[in-house]
Amino acid sequence: MRRWWIYLVAVLGLIAVAAPFAWMLLGSFKTDGELLRVPPTWLPEAPTNGNYSELFGKANFPRYFLNSTLVALVVTAGNLIFCSMLGYALAKLNFKGRTPLFVLVMGTLMVPGMVTFVPLFVLVTNAGLANSYPGLILPFLVSPFGVFLMRQFFAGLPDDLMDAARVDGTSELGIFGRIMLPLTRPALATLGILTFLGSWNNFLWPLVIAQTEDKYTLPVALALYSTGQNAQHYGLLMAGAVVVVVPVLVIFLAFQRHVTKGIAITGIK
Amino acid sequence: MSSATLKGPAAQAVGPTPQPSSKPRRSGAVGRQTAAAWILTLPFAVLFLAFTAGPVLGSLGMSFTDMKQRDLRTPFAVNGVGFDNYVKALSDETFRKAAFNTAYFVVIGVPLTLVVALAAAVLLDKGVKKFQSLFRVGYYLPVVTSIVAVAVIWRFVLAPDSGLLNTVLGWIGIDGPNWLASKTWAMPSLIMMAVWRNFGSAMIIFLAGLQGIPHTVEEAGQLDGAGAWKRFRYLIVPLLRPTILFTSVVTGIGYLQFFEEPFVMTQGGPLNSTLSVSMYTYQQFGFGNYSLAASMSYLLFVVIAVLTFLQFRLLREK
Repeated sequence: MRRWWIYLVAVLGLIAVAAPFAWMLLGSFKTDGELLRVPPTWLPEAPTNGNYSELFGKANFPRYFLNSTLVALVVTAGNLIFCSMLGYALAKLNFKGRTPLFVLVMGTLMVPGMVTFVPLFVLVTNAGLANSYPGLILPFLVSPFGVFLMRQFFAGLPDDLMDAARVDGTSELGIFGRIMLPLTRPALATLGILTFLGSWNNFLWPLVIAQTEDKYTLPVALALYSTGQNAQHYGLLMAGAVVVVVPVLVIFLAFQRHVTKGIAITGIK
Repeated sequence: MSSATLKGPAAQAVGPTPQPSSKPRRSGAVGRQTAAAWILTLPFAVLFLAFTAGPVLGSLGMSFTDMKQRDLRTPFAVNGVGFDNYVKALSDETFRKAAFNTAYFVVIGVPLTLVVALAAAVLLDKGVKKFQSLFRVGYYLPVVTSIVAVAVIWRFVLAPDSGLLNTVLGWIGIDGPNWLASKTWAMPSLIMMAVWRNFGSAMIIFLAGLQGIPHTVEEAGQLDGAGAWKRFRYLIVPLLRPTILFTSVVTGIGYLQFFEEPFVMTQGGPLNSTLSVSMYTYQQFGFGNYSLAASMSYLLFVVIAVLTFLQFRLLREK
């Protein structure tokens, strides 16, 4: 049975998904004039790297890139450490208050970001952390989602391992750090990548907390460029979008197994 | 608003939830475990209380006060005003417009997203054997990209004359509208973009669900002489019901918080036709009306909580 038409539909779908990305990439090498041409051109007529040189020269994008990277790395590290700690305690240790703690943490999962937004802003501003890296990072160092993911994974590991280690005289923290944690590498990879992508793409919080250019993250810079005086500088916006998107695409393509597994396990975007 | 701020009822795993062990242990061991549990819990608890649980309660409290930007440095020196902010929000014409827009976005956007996601999942699961992972990854690409960058790209896709979409429509003789500048077409434009961006996420969950359906089910249908559509409609869809419910609620929760798209692409316009509740809440925050913004965010939260509760009920009945 030949099912060539199924592949045709699948390929057309892929083209529909990929076309805007391809256009962005090609557009970033065009001049503003060419981007406005009717009918539009597909390949750049006279490819120019002028947009990129302006982006990395005048527009301070290296700084935004560093800020995004720094914030995402610290946020990811924090989530890996703190969420695996609590996830382990919730899955494998008997202690009073375990269930209420779990319910409390999970209960905050459906709270929209907007709800915590205003008080968080008041808190961070009063703590003197507005327009600072701690202000950008601290609110995201832990996440209920991370706890949930790690707890699920730890719960699937056999208790016998812990009991054997206890018999050998390993301390409780030693069991966590030296025996159980190394076994969760796949879950840590999933959580790490999802957290990194989430932090890299985070927009609303950095938008209000980063008040001077030297603290902008990439999405903030791009959004402000696209609505500010550079709004008509289309080539620059295209190149900016490439700089925001390409790193996460590369990371995603390299680790896509972990990402899709995390989605399938937890159903979270 | 990003996934780092965490939304969605993750407590509802698609897979089974393994229960933690609860073997009785000797009291010394219990003491050691309690001590370890404290050490492992404390850092999280401090950060969680300060930056998540605290602000959730703070927002609730704030919504019953008259706090404005001038009280930024003295957040506790404000007056209680009862339900005034809620009354104000609900009787505000613009807020109602924003609520209507958000509902429009959710009611049209969620089913569209799920239909495209399910179609893509069935296509990949049943039809595409070779290169399946290429298509899966390809369809998922927009999900992991920054919405701000996506919005910038789509402003060009939707541009009236030089835009990609109108050019393609022109090939088949359709004179496309000025999408984002039109009161009628601005919201459909954003919905189109949202479907494009998000369907991959639901598709992955559907794929997992489809792979959980045993082959024997389809084979039995085939023996009974049911065609492909009938098998899909009467065998696959009912078996996928829990997954469909789950994805609809997760997608719905995400779409109810609709913010970045109008922020970057339309600023809520033209004439507030794409102003969402989150966007309006953010505007009120910008105007310095902190307590009003807090009450609006709680109204949104109530809708999301009710939706999640309904989903729990629906799932339990099955």
